[in-house]
Amino acid sequence: MITFDDVVKVYPGGSTAVDHLSLELPTGKTTVFVGPSGCGKTTSLRMINRMIQPTSGRILIDGKDVAGQDEAELRRGIGYVIQHAGLFPHRTVLDNVATVPMLLGKSRREARAVAAELLERVGLATEFASRYPAQLSGGQQQRVGVARALAADPPVMLMDEPFSAVDPVVREGLHREFLRLQKDLGKTIAMVTHDIDEAIKLGDVVVIFRQGGHLAQVGTPQELLEHPADEFVAEFVGRDRGVRSLSFDSAADLPVRPLPADLVLDDAGRPAGWSTGESTGGTFTVADSLRLVTDLAISSPVGIAVRVDDHGKADGVVPHHDLVDHLAARRGRK
Amino acid sequence: MNLNYLFDPAHWNLEDGSIPLLILSHLWYVVLALIIGTIIALPIGLYIGHTGRGSFLAINAGNAGRSLPTLGLLMLMVTLLGLGLTPVLIALTVLVIPPILTSAYAGMRSLDPRVVDAARGMGMRPWQVLTKVELPMALPVLISGFRSAALQVVATATVAAAVGLNGLGRLLIDGLAVNDYSRVLAGAIVVAVLAVLLDLVLALAQRWIVSPGLR
Ligand SMILES: Nc1ncnc2c1ncn2[C@@H]1O[C@H](COP(=O)(O)OP(=O)(O)O)[C@@H](O)[C@H]1O
Ligand SMILES: [Mg+2]
Repeated sequence: MITFDDVVKVYPGGSTAVDHLSLELPTGKTTVFVGPSGCGKTTSLRMINRMIQPTSGRILIDGKDVAGQDEAELRRGIGYVIQHAGLFPHRTVLDNVATVPMLLGKSRREARAVAAELLERVGLATEFASRYPAQLSGGQQQRVGVARALAADPPVMLMDEPFSAVDPVVREGLHREFLRLQKDLGKTIAMVTHDIDEAIKLGDVVVIFRQGGHLAQVGTPQELLEHPADEFVAEFVGRDRGVRSLSFDSAADLPVRPLPADLVLDDAGRPAGWSTGESTGGTFTVADSLRLVTDLAISSPVGIAVRVDDHGKADGVVPHHDLVDHLAARRGRK
Repeated sequence: MNLNYLFDPAHWNLEDGSIPLLILSHLWYVVLALIIGTIIALPIGLYIGHTGRGSFLAINAGNAGRSLPTLGLLMLMVTLLGLGLTPVLIALTVLVIPPILTSAYAGMRSLDPRVVDAARGMGMRPWQVLTKVELPMALPVLISGFRSAALQVVATATVAAAVGLNGLGRLLIDGLAVNDYSRVLAGAIVVAVLAVLLDLVLALAQRWIVSPGLR
């Protein structure tokens, strides 16, 4: 657990970047700092590994004040990922990743073995190991950055806008990879982003900052979408927060109707389109969210979302008026 | 004017005043000046580049160095210190310092601050950041400064002969004194070839020590 205890940072020149921040980042979870540019997210993050010294207050990792610890040693135990990766251009990808294990006293051989394993973990083929960073795409560099931060298997990771510098398609892939890795590894992660969608997607806990280094709200993504504390948060999480909060509701208890006659099935019972010749435009399963179902119903030419079982066989449909009723009932329950 | 002096085998034996020995003494002045100049200028340039303090010094060193007449400086040193190797080395070192100082400064300034930030954030100590990250990254600029210093000092080390020392300047000065233009030409050609060869060696060294990732 990372604890901010009444932390203040005033830069020379008088601007207050962080104003009496008290906060707990739970162990094994991803906590995302989000907010408009200049609201003190990076400053807060960098005070955890002492890249920035707080003006007052304390920061503790598992109850130990970071201020009392040797800077370099503290940082070797904390993974650090920054925007644009910050890879060493003069070292190969493999040696970039081997850096921290070697700082910690592993032999070059051991460190490289660990590094090779991690490159595989973040989805980079072995052929990349001997390349130099300049020979990689932005997305690949960012993967190496993550592998490098993970190399010494630190319990804590700090990530400052790790996915901001890549295009949306690549970012999507990195997000998936991140969620998969984090599910396996269960690191205590503090991540900074200015993108509320990213925060909602990746965060177990989301911390919204407002200008002047103040906390606006802390909560799970669902809490923030459903119960924004004030106008600022409501505005920040976006006008479509209602639709987005549907991401957190399961489609499992959504009532379905029997398959209608004009739904065409193939030999295996999978939906193949409507008898009018139009596509079903995608399907959902009980594991999906209400948001997906809503999207399918809205975008379907006939206003009907088709549900399939684990084998892809159609097993029911949801017309959009049923969905509306379900949403109305859901609202009543909340 | 002809090439007789240059190709006369008698001038290539290993006796006093022969071309090979003059080349050796010439190189000796060059190497000493480069070593002393580097020891002085490199740390200062790195420090200024690293901290940003005293930048005006690093930027103006280049111009000041170019405008200082080495021969004039040498004469002044001889007047102050008498004849000998010391005044020659001082004059040549003064020539070497500006390009090395300026390139060390420029090399440090050209570093991507994000990479340095990452190095610190991963837990490198300041000395490790300098030796494992900053210096290797600044190396291409550093070496190009060193190469231009080497070229200048090879050409200018001929002044040593003006105050009674050896070096390839002997061929020029002694040749002029007895109107032996073949000897003067030999001196000029050997200096030029030496400069080209030295630069070639340094270029090869550069290929060898600069990471392929920086090309
Ligand atoms: N080194 C610094 N010196 C002075 N002011 C700074 C420095 N770094 C950041 N600031 C100021 O502190 C505030 C917070 O910055 P930062 O933590 O980088 O914000 P964010 O990451 O949320 O965009 C901003 O107003 C910024 O201008
Ligand atoms: Mg920032």
